[in-house]
Amino acid sequence: MTQPLVAPAADTGADVAPPVRRRGRWIPYLLLLPGLLWLAIFFVLPMLTVASTSLQEGSLAQGYELTWRLANYTEAAQRYAAQFSRAFLFAAASTVLALVVSYPLAYFIAFKAGRWRNLLLLLVIAPFFTSFLIRTLAWKIILSDSGWVVGTFQTLGLLPEQGRLLATSVAVIAGLTYNFLPFMTLPLYASLEKIDRSLIEAATDLYASPFTAFWKVTWPLSLPGVVAGTLLTFIPAAGDFVNVRFLGTPSQSMIGNVIESRFLVVLDYPTAAALSFTLMLAILLLVGLYVRRAGTETIV
Amino acid sequence: MTTPQPTEDAELRLIGLTKRFGPVTAVDDLHLRVPSGAFIALLGPSGCGKTTTLRMVAGLEAPTAGQILLGDSDLTGLKPYRRPVNTVFQSYALFPHLDIYENVAFGLRRSGIKDVRAQVGQMLELVQLTGFERRRPSQVSGGQAQRVALARALINHPKMLLLDEPLGALDLKLRREMQLTLKRIQEEVRITFLHVTHDQEEAMTMADTIAVMSQGRIEQLGHPEQLYERPRTQFVANFLGQSNMLRATVDGRDGDLVTLRIADTTLVVPAEMLSHGMLTASGEVHVGVRPEKLDLAPVDDPVPQGRNALRGVVVDTSFMGTSTQYLVRTGWDQELTVFAQNRHTDVVAPGTRVRLTWRPEHAFVLDADTPTSAAAPQPAVAP
Repeated sequence: MTQPLVAPAADTGADVAPPVRRRGRWIPYLLLLPGLLWLAIFFVLPMLTVASTSLQEGSLAQGYELTWRLANYTEAAQRYAAQFSRAFLFAAASTVLALVVSYPLAYFIAFKAGRWRNLLLLLVIAPFFTSFLIRTLAWKIILSDSGWVVGTFQTLGLLPEQGRLLATSVAVIAGLTYNFLPFMTLPLYASLEKIDRSLIEAATDLYASPFTAFWKVTWPLSLPGVVAGTLLTFIPAAGDFVNVRFLGTPSQSMIGNVIESRFLVVLDYPTAAALSFTLMLAILLLVGLYVRRAGTETIV
Repeated sequence: MTTPQPTEDAELRLIGLTKRFGPVTAVDDLHLRVPSGAFIALLGPSGCGKTTTLRMVAGLEAPTAGQILLGDSDLTGLKPYRRPVNTVFQSYALFPHLDIYENVAFGLRRSGIKDVRAQVGQMLELVQLTGFERRRPSQVSGGQAQRVALARALINHPKMLLLDEPLGALDLKLRREMQLTLKRIQEEVRITFLHVTHDQEEAMTMADTIAVMSQGRIEQLGHPEQLYERPRTQFVANFLGQSNMLRATVDGRDGDLVTLRIADTTLVVPAEMLSHGMLTASGEVHVGVRPEKLDLAPVDDPVPQGRNALRGVVVDTSFMGTSTQYLVRTGWDQELTVFAQNRHTDVVAPGTRVRLTWRPEHAFVLDADTPTSAAAPQPAVAP
């Protein structure tokens, strides 16, 4: 205690600090608790139920019994291979379309919109103020055979005389693209908006034309947004059943439609559960491969 | 670079350069000539138009009026990527998705040069960053990032290098070090450097010519010593270092000296410092004396031959390491700042009556009517 100026502070620190610290150590876990409980009850438990259902055998009348029947999986996968591949194809097509539409839109909002930026962002999420179902039904009217879209397309020769849009793959892909567009636009906007303008200036200062500057600087720096946006679009699109229901026909049906009808119409729970799990694993696998390829480099 | 480019004619001429942002005139009819190979600093407070001037030379901002000539070519309408100038940005603007090697190679690759290895290697050696090739910009320190930005610009052998407050983000010690590094590199590559800064010490350390800017115009242009010893306006006198400004009345001329009067004190200054107008108008002038030019002595000491002297009372002292700063109140209640080197141990206590003396040629004289910012529209030409 030869330094009286320091000592009192050290004393109070030694007396008071440890209890506070000991109690403090638990606080993060305490804060985690509600979330963990929620996940356990509403995610882990249902998952286990579905997993067990997918391995059951029996019929609605006699009840289902857990027999660890793995054949549920192989049978379901074989029987609905077409719907699986259609789901991934449609989801991929609408993801690419959404990217093509969203990128210029997000770019414009981030770089050129100025004071209109917030209004435009609001417009991007405005569709969420109406229900997903209502919006998809609205598309049914827009694309209907007597609607002006079909009429215009026919006049322009883009559609044959008797050609239609509703009940085609085009309508389903268009519906998917439309419905998930904000999920693409918002992450793209977020990553574009973050780009330091002086980087683009530096690129042009270093002899890059506007196109090269975009390709060598803006695009690579927006890749995290591209990856996030494509995942947020592709994953829900691959499992969607609403767009086929309203805008397509059974011949466009995706795996989501099969799962829905197995669960809710046919009441064949084991097959529906097996399909659900297969879809989830397939998406996980695809996403895993995609993220690995799209670049641990660029995301970090 | 071990082989400096032969300095081709890269004289920069700004003719009547003007930039307006809506109602605000950022750069106002600016004229400037920078000879090839010079190190010029545009010095001024924020908002004086120095960065806008640099951005117009870089092509990042289009002038409202005026011309930018570099050597024989007119840059005025050229896109930035067609200009033979490169910029070191204030925040460095290193590409975060590329490593140091690719950052430095960026300009060469855009010019279609395939084999960049040797040049990048040389450049990294010049800025002492050999071995940092594979690091990302986020993995180097501020000083290192600064040197990468420099290498990335210099590797293109620009006719002119533009530096936009390049040392602003560094701490004092690193800034001093980088000032010397930049000066060494400039002497080595002999490219014209146009350096924008608000730090007068930085400008004086590095540049061989300083253009002090205020309100979109060049207030005064010259060598650092010239600007410091003979400022032409109050603005320059106060922006570069500190000045004690004494308001005095012209009393008469005595050969090479002019006698001035402040209250009951008589001072002399060399006649050459006063313009003809100041002498004939017999009006008031401002005499400026730098704090370190004032000698502080006991009030009863005899005044050395040929020095100006005034009496005062020390009102405040602050010890600053190498020197002590005194505030001395004069008979007419003005407080003057004095820097005294700490070669003698005695610090003069507040309340002491003292005598301040200085050599007549160590002062400078300004017209008392000059506003704090004199906007002289004559073209400024770097010597």
